[in-house]
Amino acid sequence: MSDFSVGFRAIGSVQVLDLKGELDAHTASELEAAIQKCKQDQTTQIVITGEQLKYISSAGLGVFMAYIEEIREQGGDIKIASLQPKVYNVFDLLGFPMLFDIVESEEDAVSMFSEEPSS
Amino acid sequence: MSIPAVARSTHYLSIPSSTRYLEDVRRFVAHHAQQASFPDAAVEQFKIAVDEACTNVIKHAYKGESAHQIDISVVVEPDRFTIRIQDEGVSFVPSEYREPDLMAIAKQRRKGGFGVHIMRRLMDQVEYLKHGPINEVRLTKYRPLNGKA
Repeated sequence: MSDFSVGFRAIGSVQVLDLKGELDAHTASELEAAIQKCKQDQTTQIVITGEQLKYISSAGLGVFMAYIEEIREQGGDIKIASLQPKVYNVFDLLGFPMLFDIVESEEDAVSMFSEEPSS
Repeated sequence: MSIPAVARSTHYLSIPSSTRYLEDVRRFVAHHAQQASFPDAAVEQFKIAVDEACTNVIKHAYKGESAHQIDISVVVEPDRFTIRIQDEGVSFVPSEYREPDLMAIAKQRRKGGFGVHIMRRLMDQVEYLKHGPINEVRLTKYRPLNGKA
């Protein structure tokens, strides 16, 4: 069974979700639960880090797709940082860089929120 | 010609139709791709392609029911690496497939529809075969003549 976990950290008003392990159709529900928790806490500035994310399939990418519109409607965003090259390749394959800010470091992703006008 | 000297071999794995076994399938395919001297990038591609194929079988052919079986076989040949995924569920109809539109999926807050697209992008050939009640997805990657996959 795939090993996957989500760690929660707050940097100011930004919620950082640290993904670890393998994100597939079996573990995607854990990422979904984490984003749901952000929604419940009314946190819409979300940075997802993938330094320790070893694998992603389209089921994992689908979670990002399912929530991005709603989060943006509420004035927030999901930004993605620190992906390993083999994981970035899967995001790239589906054209995710057109739809999401995918940056090299967590610091870059967090600072993008402070540069954006709040709505 | 610098094709590695790989003898033809076939390897089998059967799993229950549950997503909890996807990691086992990925490991099985990765092991045999490494044994066949495919580079890491190709091994990653095979893992994702077989994961997507099995996930589609679990979700669509078997409608999320875990009491069925999926049979996976890997065929290693000197010039190609083939993964066969067989089920006895509802058949996929390739002619009804439409390429996913990323923006439309986001607007509609949908989660899926990328699996077939990913398989086609990562593998050289994706075929859908039917043998009586058995559906087969056959994923093939050819090994270039210079030996680099």
